[in-house]
Amino acid sequence: MNDICSWTIHELVAAMEKGQVTSKEAVEAYLGRIAKVGPKLNAYITVDEEGARKAAVEADKRRAAGEATPLLGAPLAIKDLLATEGLRTTCGSKILDNFVPPYDSFAVARLKQAGAVILGKTNMDEFAMGSSNETSHYGPARNPWNTSKIPGGSSGGSAVAVAADLCAGALGSDTGGSIRQPASLCGIVGLKPTYGRVSRFGLVAFASSLDQIGPMTKDIRDAAILTSVISGHDPMDSTCSSEPLGDYLSGLEDGVEGMVVGVPDEYFIEGMDPEVEQKVREAINILEQKGATVRRISLPHTKYAVPTYYVIAPAEASSNLARYDGVKYGYRDMEAEGLSSMYCSTRNKGFGSEVKRRIMLGTYALSAGYYDAYYLKALKARTLIKRDFQEAFKDVSVIVAPTAPAAAFGLGERVDDPLKMYLSDIFTISANLAGIPGVSVPCGFTTGGEPVGLQILGSYFQEASTLRVARAVEREIGITTVKPRVDN
Amino acid sequence: MKLTENEVRYVAALARLELSPEEQRMFGGQLSQVLDYINTLNELDTSDVEPMSHALNITNVFRDDVEMEKFPRKAWQANAPSQDSGHFRVPKIIEG
Repeated sequence: MNDICSWTIHELVAAMEKGQVTSKEAVEAYLGRIAKVGPKLNAYITVDEEGARKAAVEADKRRAAGEATPLLGAPLAIKDLLATEGLRTTCGSKILDNFVPPYDSFAVARLKQAGAVILGKTNMDEFAMGSSNETSHYGPARNPWNTSKIPGGSSGGSAVAVAADLCAGALGSDTGGSIRQPASLCGIVGLKPTYGRVSRFGLVAFASSLDQIGPMTKDIRDAAILTSVISGHDPMDSTCSSEPLGDYLSGLEDGVEGMVVGVPDEYFIEGMDPEVEQKVREAINILEQKGATVRRISLPHTKYAVPTYYVIAPAEASSNLARYDGVKYGYRDMEAEGLSSMYCSTRNKGFGSEVKRRIMLGTYALSAGYYDAYYLKALKARTLIKRDFQEAFKDVSVIVAPTAPAAAFGLGERVDDPLKMYLSDIFTISANLAGIPGVSVPCGFTTGGEPVGLQILGSYFQEASTLRVARAVEREIGITTVKPRVDN
Repeated sequence: MKLTENEVRYVAALARLELSPEEQRMFGGQLSQVLDYINTLNELDTSDVEPMSHALNITNVFRDDVEMEKFPRKAWQANAPSQDSGHFRVPKIIEG
């Protein structure tokens, strides 16, 4: 029973169905492991021992009464920007340090309905602004494969919790790569669904036209299961799509025979880690051996994705974060005198540097005299990036590329160079701008022992085909049985 | 493109941020560098391109104007830094 923490969600649920293990035993195993290796990895901001134990007992009762919901009794972790009723939700920020939501976000409510047990809330870059987890007010989570390295971001805590077996699976959110990039760097699976597939109700907003919630899991099957549970229409989010749900599970093992896979020239660039390129090329060769047709394609506006993103995302953030004013919730500088001074001082003391930097950038881009030059220009560039994908998907079923240009970098290496940090997301940002789904699946290790991720992008609402291709890679070169050594 | 100190102060005021002199200097430099990079967008001819504000073709979503489930006020207000008898307390707005 020692390795119970390493089981996937579907393995654990199957074992509970057979009566081999209870949810209570699983939760105790995870809480024990979190207490033991948790401090070293800093994956969680808040662990809800009491709530998890209570939910586990409840789940075991429901199972005994004959219930069999898809996640019944499965202990999961939630990125700390999804509202959880009665459980502190900080968004990695001092300004929300004491915020306890009186309601559940849509995605969390769906998990609970399906029987999931919430172990706690995972570490993240402040307001999801970062690619390394280092902007968290609670200190960075650490990469379990090498604790001197960053886990990626912004959903770094969720990625670490899954990779180090501190939960069975997790939710993250992805605005410019925040699910896929840490998944790649920590050697797990991460899916960003199509924009609008999952309701954003109860998700602390960063950039509302880009944010999307998705699963971070130990294998592709788990990602498909969680996606099925959290997807669907929600009247509380007016941007949530009413497109019918895909069947993410039944075709998972169908393989890639006859599929056309596009490989964009622009995603293999000078300066990327040659070992990463090699692992990604090997994975593409495997797809070809398994019967896919591999075709070189071009997404000509790729190099404009990062500059486009760094206008649009900060602009939306500067507006979304205006609500943190020390009045209705969150931190207030109690020393400040006068209303205006209270606003300014609360925001200055409550936000960290990266958040302030992005608010400044967004405010500048939206300010009088610069709106057309920056914001409108970026919205037009966004159209061109979307058109690139629409053209490409006329000829190919999926696009495969590296998830990140390099494996995990060292803690502290890029904190003083924002532009270099921003370029960590060079291969993931385009999917958010276009709104298409993308999954990162492990495809091997560098010689230094750091995981490498393969990214599979699909057309709108084609989550099922991206997962199917990812599963073909996982089946051939999956690393699910290789685990980071974090126990000593 | 270099952001002047005045511009940094002006933008900070718009964003209701009270930056320290040190932060002003740091952000001035860093934001100038990022804006230079963003200016690569000027290489693109976008004269005939429609702006894209959203990924999906979604139009306005309406619902019937009927009363919905009410959230308990006390539970929501419990997160306020300062409150009194169902109101949010803020520092004095008008002098005198």
